[in-house]
Amino acid sequence: MSTDNDKQNALALDEVGDNAIESKETEGLSQGKIVLRKFLRHKGAMISIVVLVLVAIFAFSAQGFAGIPGWWKFSHTASGPVVNPGGAPTWSFANFFSLGDHPFGQDEIGRDNFSRVMKGTQISLVVMFIIGIVCLIIGTVVGAVAGYYRGWVDSVLMRITDGFVILPVIVVGSILGVLVGGANGPLLGVALGCILWVGLARLVRGDFMSLREREFVDSARVAGASDFRIMFKHMLPNAMGVIIVNTTLIMSQAIVLEASLSYLGFGIKPPGISLGQLISEYQTSFATRPWLFWWPGLFIIVIALCVNFIGDGLRDAFDPRMKTIPSWRKMKKAERMAQKEAK
Amino acid sequence: MIRFILRRLLSTALVLLVVTFVLYLLLNVALDFFWDLRASTSPNIEALYESRRRLLDLDTPAIVRYFKWLAGVGGCAIGQCDFGIAWKSGQEVTEQLQGAIVNTIKLITASTIVAIILGIAVGMISAIRQYSGFDYFITFVSFLLYSLPVFWVAVLLKQYGAIDINNFINDPTLESWWPIIIGCVAMGLFWMGALGGSAKRRVITFVAAAVITFGTIYYILASGWMQHPTIGLLGVVVIGAGAAIVMTYLSTGLKNRRVLYATLITVAVGALLYWPLMNLFYYVDMNWLWMFGLFIVAIAVAVGIGLAFRGPDPWDTARTTSFTAIIVAVLIFADRVLQGWQEYSDDPAINNRPIATIGASAPNIDGDFWITNLDSFTHLLLPSIALVLISFASYTRYTRGSMLEVLGQDYIRTARAKGLNERTVIMRHAMRNALLPLASVVPVDIITMIGGAVITETIFGWNGMGKLFIDSLRQAELDPVMAYILITGLLAIIANLVADFLYAVLDPRIRVNA
Repeated sequence: MSTDNDKQNALALDEVGDNAIESKETEGLSQGKIVLRKFLRHKGAMISIVVLVLVAIFAFSAQGFAGIPGWWKFSHTASGPVVNPGGAPTWSFANFFSLGDHPFGQDEIGRDNFSRVMKGTQISLVVMFIIGIVCLIIGTVVGAVAGYYRGWVDSVLMRITDGFVILPVIVVGSILGVLVGGANGPLLGVALGCILWVGLARLVRGDFMSLREREFVDSARVAGASDFRIMFKHMLPNAMGVIIVNTTLIMSQAIVLEASLSYLGFGIKPPGISLGQLISEYQTSFATRPWLFWWPGLFIIVIALCVNFIGDGLRDAFDPRMKTIPSWRKMKKAERMAQKEAK
Repeated sequence: MIRFILRRLLSTALVLLVVTFVLYLLLNVALDFFWDLRASTSPNIEALYESRRRLLDLDTPAIVRYFKWLAGVGGCAIGQCDFGIAWKSGQEVTEQLQGAIVNTIKLITASTIVAIILGIAVGMISAIRQYSGFDYFITFVSFLLYSLPVFWVAVLLKQYGAIDINNFINDPTLESWWPIIIGCVAMGLFWMGALGGSAKRRVITFVAAAVITFGTIYYILASGWMQHPTIGLLGVVVIGAGAAIVMTYLSTGLKNRRVLYATLITVAVGALLYWPLMNLFYYVDMNWLWMFGLFIVAIAVAVGIGLAFRGPDPWDTARTTSFTAIIVAVLIFADRVLQGWQEYSDDPAINNRPIATIGASAPNIDGDFWITNLDSFTHLLLPSIALVLISFASYTRYTRGSMLEVLGQDYIRTARAKGLNERTVIMRHAMRNALLPLASVVPVDIITMIGGAVITETIFGWNGMGKLFIDSLRQAELDPVMAYILITGLLAIIANLVADFLYAVLDPRIRVNA
């Protein structure tokens, strides 16, 4: 147990000089700068951002978007001759450096799985961002209005959010999916955004309720600012942390939700294409053509995991109580250095 | 308090009413009631449309139909439920619901219990070892579980958890040793991270855990345990004694010999009762009421043993012995269930493929209480794993967060300062307060689980509420969908009420002003 005690001692020592160090570190920096700095230091989030951006660039450039052609030679709809028996991938660990014509394999009618997965990733990403944006707008406005005006406006809006909380998201999602599902991704995104905003609205409301009691709001009111200006110019920047963090977390939930709905057949349907729809289409061929199942699933996980880590990094960055504690090894090293200097 | 509950109940019931109204209208727009007639080339197509319209009463405005439906549902108050009919199959919805509700409750209860126990244990260890490799690993795993699509995991489970295991049971040949070696090393690393300590202790833990894992796997493979799984009297004694030691260590510490002996005697009493119980199970037809009664008796006996040991704090002893007794009782129950394994797996309906991938029970299986239970467990296995994976992550994160918050409090520092050992500080002072907020999280999480069950049930062909909902939605059957919405909504309301109530009762800081 001796190492544990050492660690605790080191932590205790750290706590003493902590405030001094922290104030020195953040001297002369704006709040935004401090947050950005903390965020850039979060390794998981940084790696995730790089991976996510790479995946997005890859997916959008490979298949082309909005009429711009991509660099990959096959389109996601065209079927061609089956190269390997059963359409097995031409890319494998054995010869890692030669991609071949169909690196992710082909399906039973010879469509290129790589181009399909890339197209599906595109659509899933687009749906995810649309859901995020819709949630951001509705959740912020509803939360801000409810928290600022309180009274009957608040009661009515909160009863509405109660109505959304009563049922599991996937249930309401499927019902909306029957209504707007089909080949159209963006429309589905808007519909799903309309049911996922609830949690964000409640958090923003809580923030606004405490913010409206603060002095700067009073002074703005005395200076004659309109309600709208007070809410969105003075109070909103103070609630930005909650909003950004939770929108990110909603987006990680959103991509899995979209995939699940498409899997159940209430989301994006063929000829439309998305990662969940691909898995739904190919689930029966798992025993014979496992690559058709593995790749789309892998991309869903990678995207959701990255967004989750980014959300975690943002939360740490925006949390003023959160202190970056150096690892035990680093502290030992610093201790040794200090001892050396003392000698 | 009662006024508060009544007011909450009334307001949420109103919200539910509005939700069902809005969704009824929405579904009327969304569902295509003539989907099976669209492609029809039948000469009397007009008549078919007309009869469908009359069957579903589509000429009446949707709003009026909603109130008709509501009146039927309201009949439940006087014992005459009328949820309408599922027009495609012609079945009454009340009939469909009966089996479905039981199945869903079975699935959700099993998964919730497992998820809570595992989540709390892992979350607590993760919090105690904050910023260690173990903590980072668990954080990563929980993020990974958040990101996993359930349906994807379910398909993998079907392949590797059922088909491959069944193949292995029928043809137990090992292709390579690598999975076992990796498994042993992984278990070693897991326990090393979880138990922590000095470098020497870590190495010992690692080696011990790896060797024990290897020994267990080797025994399972070499003795053909997979073909004839059993626990037996010896297994009950060994596992029970291990549980007794762990329970004593966690609750009062092994230095307290009185408690240690009391728990060991509890296990001995359990072992002595093993054969009499087997005889009882043989001669008397069992049911769940019997099981419950025996369970209560077991706990009562254990409490008696604990109190008989007297000492300065007899109720602490009694608590530890009763936890031990629960484990022994479950072991004996599991042993009796497993005794039917051979008969079960030889059943033509099972055909030596005992791990099921489809349905909530095998069709045409007839057997006594034990066989039907075994059947039920083999069917529960995979869907519950899929569900546990989802909520395990959130329980872990939640327990970890609340434990860390509690550990930072002043009274924990006081407890440490007055010289209490770490076990007492964590198990007595920290854990209880850290688990308090969970009382309000569990009921809400159950709603998420009901949502997850929609997908899990569909994939595993589990005839529950979720599958009913999805199937009916696909077939454009309005009434079953509405019944699902109503019942889920009611469950959610009850769950939230229970959450508020529990929280108010458990936490004296919360005052309810009605």
